[in-house]
Amino acid sequence: MPLTDSHFQELRRFVGSENVLTAREDLIPYEFDGTAALKHRAEVVILPANTEEVSACVKFAATHKIPVVTRGSGTGLSGGSVPSEGCLVLCLTRMDKIISVDAANLTLRAQCGVITANIDAAANAHGLFYPPDPGSMKISTIGGNVAENSGGLRGLKYGVTRDYVMGLEVVMPDGQIARLGNACVKDVAGYSMKDLFIGSEGTLGIITEVLLKLLPKPAARRTMLASYDRMEDAANTVSAIIAARIIPCTLEFLDRTTIGCVEDYAKIGLPRDCEALLLMETDGHPSAVEDEAAKMLEIARAHRARDVRVASNDAEALKLASARRSAFSALARVRPTTILEDVTVPRDQLATMVGFIAQVAKKHNLLVGTFGHMGDGNLHPTFLTDERNADEMHRVHLALEEIVDKTLELGGTITGEHGIGLAKKQWLKRQLGEASHGLMRQIKQSLDPHNLLNPGKIFD
Amino acid sequence: MRGSLKELDYSILQQCMRCGMCLPACPTYDTTKRERHSPRGRISLMRSVADGELKITGEFVAEMSYCLGCLACQTACPAGVDYSNLLETARSDIQTHGPRATLVARFWRAVTMRGLFMRPRLLRFAGRCLGLYQQLGLQTAFRKLHLTKLLPPHLKKLEPQAPTMARRFSHQLIAAVESPLQGKRYRVALLTGCVQDLAFSAINRDTADVLLANGCEVYTPPIQPCCGSLHAHNGEAEAARTLARRMIDLFPPSEFDAIISNAGGCGNHLRHYGQLLALDPTYITRAKLWDTKLKDIHEWLIQIGCRAPRPGMAALTVTYHDSCHLTHGQKVTSQPRELLRLIPGIKLVELPEANWCCGSAGIYNVTQPEQSELLLNRKIDHILRTGAEVLATSNPGCHLQIARGLQAAGSSIQMLQPVTLLARAYKSEQSAGH
Ligand SMILES: Cc1cc2nc3c(=O)[nH]c(=O)nc-3n(C[C@H](O)[C@H](O)[C@H](O)COP(=O)(O)OP(=O)(O)OC[C@H]3O[C@@H](n4cnc5c(N)ncnc54)[C@H](O)[C@@H]3O)c2cc1C
Ligand code: SF4
Ligand code: SF4
Repeated sequence: MPLTDSHFQELRRFVGSENVLTAREDLIPYEFDGTAALKHRAEVVILPANTEEVSACVKFAATHKIPVVTRGSGTGLSGGSVPSEGCLVLCLTRMDKIISVDAANLTLRAQCGVITANIDAAANAHGLFYPPDPGSMKISTIGGNVAENSGGLRGLKYGVTRDYVMGLEVVMPDGQIARLGNACVKDVAGYSMKDLFIGSEGTLGIITEVLLKLLPKPAARRTMLASYDRMEDAANTVSAIIAARIIPCTLEFLDRTTIGCVEDYAKIGLPRDCEALLLMETDGHPSAVEDEAAKMLEIARAHRARDVRVASNDAEALKLASARRSAFSALARVRPTTILEDVTVPRDQLATMVGFIAQVAKKHNLLVGTFGHMGDGNLHPTFLTDERNADEMHRVHLALEEIVDKTLELGGTITGEHGIGLAKKQWLKRQLGEASHGLMRQIKQSLDPHNLLNPGKIFD
Repeated sequence: MRGSLKELDYSILQQCMRCGMCLPACPTYDTTKRERHSPRGRISLMRSVADGELKITGEFVAEMSYCLGCLACQTACPAGVDYSNLLETARSDIQTHGPRATLVARFWRAVTMRGLFMRPRLLRFAGRCLGLYQQLGLQTAFRKLHLTKLLPPHLKKLEPQAPTMARRFSHQLIAAVESPLQGKRYRVALLTGCVQDLAFSAINRDTADVLLANGCEVYTPPIQPCCGSLHAHNGEAEAARTLARRMIDLFPPSEFDAIISNAGGCGNHLRHYGQLLALDPTYITRAKLWDTKLKDIHEWLIQIGCRAPRPGMAALTVTYHDSCHLTHGQKVTSQPRELLRLIPGIKLVELPEANWCCGSAGIYNVTQPEQSELLLNRKIDHILRTGAEVLATSNPGCHLQIARGLQAAGSSIQMLQPVTLLARAYKSEQSAGH
């Protein structure tokens, strides 16, 4: 049922007329997220300012059986916030207040639309820090991070978003407001309901407020960049570091294609003629950092690192990390369409997977750039292609199928951090099996019986 | 180049992979948090026009006009999207295929774009009249009598913001050829600009002085065409090409070691003549050579190893504002700061958000006064908090806008350009020497 003026009229009463967008020129920019080749136009985009407004809109949608797609900054990489058929989009970027920082209990409370980097900056002002740092942190929202359970560059040591969520305020599919979890370090009062909503991709409820755990800022940090002539050497360095009982906060890698693109953008003097770069970072107590950094340097050299550049100060360390964060977008320089994958394998299978990807790309005559969170076994093979070339796109799909099969064969997962959304739902059952896929669907049905929240995402 | 969005090489539009990394850099998105006011949103609208899904509607026109053209998005974009090219193409498309502007607007547009800014002598004559009007106190009288009401709407808004005209223009201050007293190392051409020539001719003199002090022979023809940047930014592509050809004819690039621009906005346009004249077989080779010779003054001075002035100038705390087209367009960011640091006695303090647009943005402060004011106030707040005595910047538009803001805030902070400070430093070493 298409929405009419009378619907819009009512929505305007909830949020004010300037926050209900219906003009074509207003809707076109919300047709997509960061995922290649997906788009659909919403009927209306609403920009609520607080939880009550969200709740009013969701109640209204439930009454009229209108699908609701929640959107943060639209940087998602699985099509999660791409509008569904006949839907209303709730874009939460105006809900951007940091409500409180509790330095005594090491927590921070914020509205869902706060930009991830601003959360870390607010913590920083109190000598604290918020570890999850996705590549998109300068623009992604904390609500989007929770909904995707996003990872980052520091995941190896500090974990992912889930490890920092203590409590959530959620608007349920019927519009009720629920508060899940609390500020206690320990809490076993019933099921851990907040965990159900972390990584739920906007299909179970709308996260309106988050209570996050913070950590004291590490006193010291050391950043290094090792270059290699062979990718295997980089992968083996990672395995050796972990085998030596060192857990650095960051072990990120870039392959040759990616290095070239990043250098074109950042111009920070990365070596263009090597096969792999490994960005390594350790943080913590100064003497421990000193010690770990020395060992990592030694291990890298022992695995034929051609050169190891040690950042001389914070500014240089930041530059190196920012360059790594730009990897995905920088790859878009090469070809018109950039299709990014997110396969993750157990760490000891990493070298095998990297080799396999290169082989598949060659077999199908495709250009691929690979980078990712090597310490987490999370790879981002990125196909550099052109969506208007049907033949080439066909070959991309063949290659993807083979990569997915191989990932599952190695005991991996089709997505380490970007979620299922629209882009990966065709493979979900293959990974989970009937029983576990059915269980997931049952949960969705019991919470959202009319399938109004983000329909078509995760499940068909 | 710069015809319509439909004719544009589609891969330039596709280059945007919609990652959103440019959003936090965009001042209009920062204000409204609406996707259409972001670079990514605007590109999606342009792409819809190219795809034939969207016509050039009034809303599309409004959106392209709300964009500052500050190019902060271009610096932020890891994917290398050529936003400047896209925006100019969209604006040019609007001129040819958009809804018809009102008669009055079209008349004034024709007078300024195709009249004044195509004819350097006429422009100077108009500048002279404006100068007289200001000097004779007519401005105050005119305003008191509310006669400004009779001006066309466009000009009415512009009138109080019109820069005070210099009493003498560049050609009265700079000889056609000036040679360094000793040690000539280079031969350079100096572009005097339009607004720069009318309102800031002294800065052109300072630029020549600084070049002379660094062993450059300076060639400055008295009558110079407008560079065409105003035209290109506002969708007058054909006029921009005509002006580019005239420039190349007047300054054959093979005859100079460098062609010097000292205004950020002009410089950004000037170094892309190759792209502008890509389809012109008679000019393309020279245009490409021209692009390699075109240098921003700060960039050139650092490149040739600018001589540090000897001590002599009084101590001064200075902060620096990056003009958008210098920092985002031409990527000249460190050089002006390096020059300031070369001057003994100057203490340089960093300005927070130094590269965030001040809201001047060509004629933006006339077309979008509200957003412009918002940005200006934000800029002034930051400047006041640095505690600096001087704000240095290097673009006439920013200079006028920020000076207006400082004045309104009752601040005594002086506005000077880095070349002026440098020229003064060289002068004070001469007087100290005598
Ligand atoms: C350049 C780039 C780098 C990236 N790097 C990383 C990385 O290192 N690690 C990583 O994990 N991801 C990364 N991503 C993916 C993406 O940034 C994350 O998934 C991010 O968390 C999305 O946040 P967003 O605010 O943009 O959400 P959106 O894209 O708007 O939404 C994502 C999903 O969450 C849902 N959602 C959003 N807000 C809410 C809410 N308040 N309540 C309920 N559901 C909601 C949406 O419906 C959608 O399903 C990257 C993306 C880009 C473009
Ligand atoms: S313009 Fe660049 S940074 Fe912005 S969305 Fe497009 S690709 Fe990303
Ligand atoms: S030019 Fe400036 S205002 Fe326009 S989209 Fe880019 S950053 Fe935003």
